[in-house]
Amino acid sequence: MAQDLSNALRSGPDERGRFGIYGGRFVSETLMPLILELEAEYDRARNDPAFAAEMEDLWKHYVGRPSPLYLAERLTAHLGGAKIYMKRDELNHTGAHKINNVLGQILLARRMGKTRIIAETGAGQHGVATATVCARFGLECVVFMGAHDVERQKPNVFRMKLLGATVVPVTSGRGTLKDAMNEALRDWVTNVRNTFYCIGTVAGPHPYPAMVRDFQSIIGRETRAQMLEREGRLPDTLVACIGGGSNAMGLFHPFLDEPSVRIIGVEAGGKGVDARMQHCASLTGGRPGVLHGNRTYLLQDADGQILEGHSISAGLDYPGIGPEHAWLHDIGRAEYVAVTDEEALEAFGLCCRTEGIIPALEPSHALAHVMKIAPELPADHIIVMNMCGRGDKDIFTVAAALGQEM
Amino acid sequence: MTRIARRIDALRASGRKAFVAYVMAGDPDYDRSLAILRGLPAAGADIVELGFPFTDPMADGPTIQEAGQRALQAGMTLHRTLEMAAEFRRGDAQTPLVLMGYYNPIHAMGVPRFLSAARAAGIDGLIVVDLPPEEDDELCLPARAAGLDFIRLATPTTDDRRLPQVLRNSSGFVYYVSITGITGAAAASAAEVAPEVARIKAATDLPVLVGFGIRTPEAARAIASVADGVVVGSAIVAEIAAGRTPEEVLDFVRALAAGARGG
Repeated sequence: MAQDLSNALRSGPDERGRFGIYGGRFVSETLMPLILELEAEYDRARNDPAFAAEMEDLWKHYVGRPSPLYLAERLTAHLGGAKIYMKRDELNHTGAHKINNVLGQILLARRMGKTRIIAETGAGQHGVATATVCARFGLECVVFMGAHDVERQKPNVFRMKLLGATVVPVTSGRGTLKDAMNEALRDWVTNVRNTFYCIGTVAGPHPYPAMVRDFQSIIGRETRAQMLEREGRLPDTLVACIGGGSNAMGLFHPFLDEPSVRIIGVEAGGKGVDARMQHCASLTGGRPGVLHGNRTYLLQDADGQILEGHSISAGLDYPGIGPEHAWLHDIGRAEYVAVTDEEALEAFGLCCRTEGIIPALEPSHALAHVMKIAPELPADHIIVMNMCGRGDKDIFTVAAALGQEM
Repeated sequence: MTRIARRIDALRASGRKAFVAYVMAGDPDYDRSLAILRGLPAAGADIVELGFPFTDPMADGPTIQEAGQRALQAGMTLHRTLEMAAEFRRGDAQTPLVLMGYYNPIHAMGVPRFLSAARAAGIDGLIVVDLPPEEDDELCLPARAAGLDFIRLATPTTDDRRLPQVLRNSSGFVYYVSITGITGAAAASAAEVAPEVARIKAATDLPVLVGFGIRTPEAARAIASVADGVVVGSAIVAEIAAGRTPEEVLDFVRALAAGARGG
């Protein structure tokens, strides 16, 4: 398959915001004019050298980019196969990749004259990043968070409050990321004239999936340059976890037209991908539908009702996935696999002990898949996994899952 | 001529304002919902909007959200909603029936299968909140080709530049959303709504009906006086949520309808 690829996999979406049949603009009329305005402003911004220069400056001096590309020697030795590198995006300011995108969107919001920023958050990392950048620029910030997630991510809730944001617990549905996104959309419809919706992942109506991907692609561009400098060649395999899929798309996108690079996305398999739907693996266990402004793979029943998934990781607890991933899945350019809660917890522990890095539960899923494939691969095979977040926020969840006292 | 167009013509001929009542199919359960639905025309509804439930109703406030949850818990689906519509139609050949909801349940059924089932059930028009003109080839154009009206929402953010696009494939009537907001939110005043309705009417021959935030007979009267009619949803659904009997709900609808007609 790899030889047949054209040179155009990075060129999407089309003018309707579609990647193949996925994506689009499935929103109410109230939001449509604003979405078109956002698209036009984003087109102007990305061709404006001043916008790029401001991003570069903030990435370097405020976020701490570039993040290191780190050779995990002890993990490589432990697994006894492929050479494992970690892209250390957990070292960014606020502790995850989310701030890459938030900076871009907040700079856009300022260009558009919006004074109030809203965001949805699952694990709280996107909420913290949004609250942080809003504080940095003196903007009002309201973060919608499922009530269940408020409970399991208390440290991040407090961080957002310290940063001056208002955190709104959402009790509709099961109180997770999907419900937070519904409530953010309702707020946006109501306050559309002064409010900018800062979406945290590569989903939502066009232009969000493309725009968030572009802001996150700094991860892949850095990885590419760092790998060429370090090893003199491209990596063989990329592995990243996927909820909505922003860290994965950021790592993958600059490599899509490199047929030698194998690309693997890791979904949250929860308690196992089977008929009981105790998972959040949209590609592995869902089918195409329309939610939150785009067509993509969704966990849904025969009537098109959206199902509540399950994952130990609040950041992956979402019944959909970014539309570009859905397309890459269908055309076979990327592979998508699922990892269970238990496997992720095992990877979490191993990473703490062998590398002295406490990973977030989200990238622990990616690491769990690396643990499966690395031992079978030769020593000259290079894997890059995206360490997209640090695990300080997860220690309570992990302690509870392991039945340990803090 | 569609059933909606015939009803609109009849209203215009008699110089009356249209009163549209919305209920959620299956709320609080199939039987009571059908009883209310069947009583709506006699209670004064010129057109009936029948909602079908969706787990993630992004444009709805708590009242309609909870109605959808009650309906889903009682086993309502899009398929059962169409069965309910067919039962209604067997007893009423005249009152236009508009199906209202979100795209995904239709997408899951498949558009061709949905359209033939909707036609067979006696549905006259569709309002699908998350299908703007940019996505017309998904459902709007196939629905029009199948003889169903596709009723579009126009909103305070639909500016003059965009209005022709919103109106282009619209039919039946134009549903003007009186506020930027979700269903059941605070109402706009007649003074705010009047120039907006005039702006839309200058661009189309379709009647312009106003909805969102109309909760009382007085508000229905005020808004109807500056438009071709009004739509009331959340206020009726709130009566159902409060545990009123179908007869009590229909009494409230009668009062709203009288208000809309200036009574």
